[in-house]
Amino acid sequence: MLKYLVKRFFQTAVVLFVVSVIVFCVMSFTGDPVLMIVPPNATDAQIAEARIALGLDQPLWVQYKVFLFNLLKGDLGISYIFKRPALTLIVERMPATLELVFLSVLISVAVALPCGVFAGAWPNNPISRAIMGGSLLGISLPSFWVGILMIFYFAVEKGLLPSSGRGTTDTLFGIPFAFLTRDGFRHLILPAVTLALGTLAMLIRLIRAQIMEVLRQDFIKFARAKGVSWKSLLFGHALKNALVPVVTVFGMQIGSLIAFATVTETIFAWPGMGKLLVDSINTSDRPVIVAYLMIVAAMFVFINFIVDIVYTLIDPRIDLR
Amino acid sequence: MTKKDGFFQSEFFHNFVRSPGAMAGLVVVLFFLLMAVFGPLFTPQNPYDIGTLDLMDAYKPPVWMEGGDPAFVLGTDEQGRDMLSAIVYGSRISLFISMIVVVLSCIFGTVLGLTAGYFGGRLDSFLMRIVDIQLSFPAMLVALFIMAAFGRGFGKLVAALTIVGWVLYARTVRSSVLVEKKKEYVDAARLIGLSPFPIIVRHVLPNVLTPLIVIATIQVGTVILTEATLSYLGVGVPVTRPSLGLLVKNGYDVLFSGLWWSSVFPGMFIMLLVFGINLLGDFLRDEFNPRLK
Repeated sequence: MLKYLVKRFFQTAVVLFVVSVIVFCVMSFTGDPVLMIVPPNATDAQIAEARIALGLDQPLWVQYKVFLFNLLKGDLGISYIFKRPALTLIVERMPATLELVFLSVLISVAVALPCGVFAGAWPNNPISRAIMGGSLLGISLPSFWVGILMIFYFAVEKGLLPSSGRGTTDTLFGIPFAFLTRDGFRHLILPAVTLALGTLAMLIRLIRAQIMEVLRQDFIKFARAKGVSWKSLLFGHALKNALVPVVTVFGMQIGSLIAFATVTETIFAWPGMGKLLVDSINTSDRPVIVAYLMIVAAMFVFINFIVDIVYTLIDPRIDLR
Repeated sequence: MTKKDGFFQSEFFHNFVRSPGAMAGLVVVLFFLLMAVFGPLFTPQNPYDIGTLDLMDAYKPPVWMEGGDPAFVLGTDEQGRDMLSAIVYGSRISLFISMIVVVLSCIFGTVLGLTAGYFGGRLDSFLMRIVDIQLSFPAMLVALFIMAAFGRGFGKLVAALTIVGWVLYARTVRSSVLVEKKKEYVDAARLIGLSPFPIIVRHVLPNVLTPLIVIATIQVGTVILTEATLSYLGVGVPVTRPSLGLLVKNGYDVLFSGLWWSSVFPGMFIMLLVFGINLLGDFLRDEFNPRLK
């Protein structure tokens, strides 16, 4: 186990290194950051001076070396717009994104699990057909459009729920969270449901397919012949075996929820790191874009790592090499 | 199913006609294809030609609402642009981009997947490392990053979506090739002295086509959604040639002044189109998956 952990740690480091090289190279081909920093009326001499001060006159690999060492020190540069460290900006907004993603995960599992199991156990039932039709529609929906419909119906027409911002927050362990207050939670509902919809639909289809696959296997036939009741067969035998691949895909889905939170946050003006990314793209705030990508890449790699560990815990047949 | 029976007697055709989902999907997709090709002949306006727009027509609701104008069935936006015309032109752009991207990523992915799978070795492990790394990041985020770095535009959009798209085909083709290359017909072809290229193209490729068709079909829908999302975020198509996603974004900017139709209708067309494609994809997947029969 320890050997595996060490090996995985090195793989992770290599992946993050590759990502840092790609992000650095691609970003260095875009625009001239010097022009973002100097005042608009700067003379050519001042621009050249700023370029030397930033180290941008050096060859690319020297610049990358500086970037990498700063990165390891936790220094990802100063935002051109906010004039504050990019890393701080992202870390400040991370709780808002994480609470949004977390609630979406809860919603999608709570709905997808019963729907998926039902549709897999009784595939020809009319309700199952409705669930499957609905989930196919669910994966066909553009999430930004769903957000707009939600805002239009629940906020503009009915005035039931707020459509933008995070509302009042309360602190837990010194971190502000919206779900702790009634007002904040009301702000959280529409974005979380919007974000959950795609994952939910995908999970239903996956769980159904897995249940159907497992129910065809011999050990299920054997258990039935032995006289195990249908209920304990479904929830005891089938579900447990069906969930193994679901866990992997679900780990990937958390990553994609973080990615799609950029869209949801932009629509609902949710002050998370995704909205910060989109705003920074529109203002060409390069240090923030780079910082976001590096942090999110580290998060994805970490999630994949956790998923691999969980995978082995729930399925002892998988051998860690 | 033998060749001489012909397509219309095949089991595939029989099942297709009897599947309400597949037929509905086909109707929707055909509708959009016809609209994309011939639609501009029938639209009341060319939405890109600013000269034909009249500000007097602005803010018209759909025809069935009070104040609607029969000339503008789905209403107009704040510049007096007919929404139906904008949607017809927008669908064209969305479909066009998506089909180019799917064809390109399918070609790249297949060529690299065939090569990696057939020859194995260093090239194989190198390519599959790239695929693994890329697949651990959501496609939307990678595409967003590329577009953020290089700016909006058709060429860049197609390039970005192809870069995120090819990996799926490469991985699928490679794993099929690994299965196929152990079979006797490949050994036989090698024994009669064929060189790798004809073996791959004439013998292995036809046998890995099935999963490829399923993925490509579903990908047309996925790419449309990704393109729409990027355009919505302002990093996709140029402002002068709005795809359906950008139309939704433009409509959202005036949603709070009551112009719901200019964001709701384009989104509805995206949903309908992607739903149709997914219905077809679902049918193909079930049909080609031997385990479900």
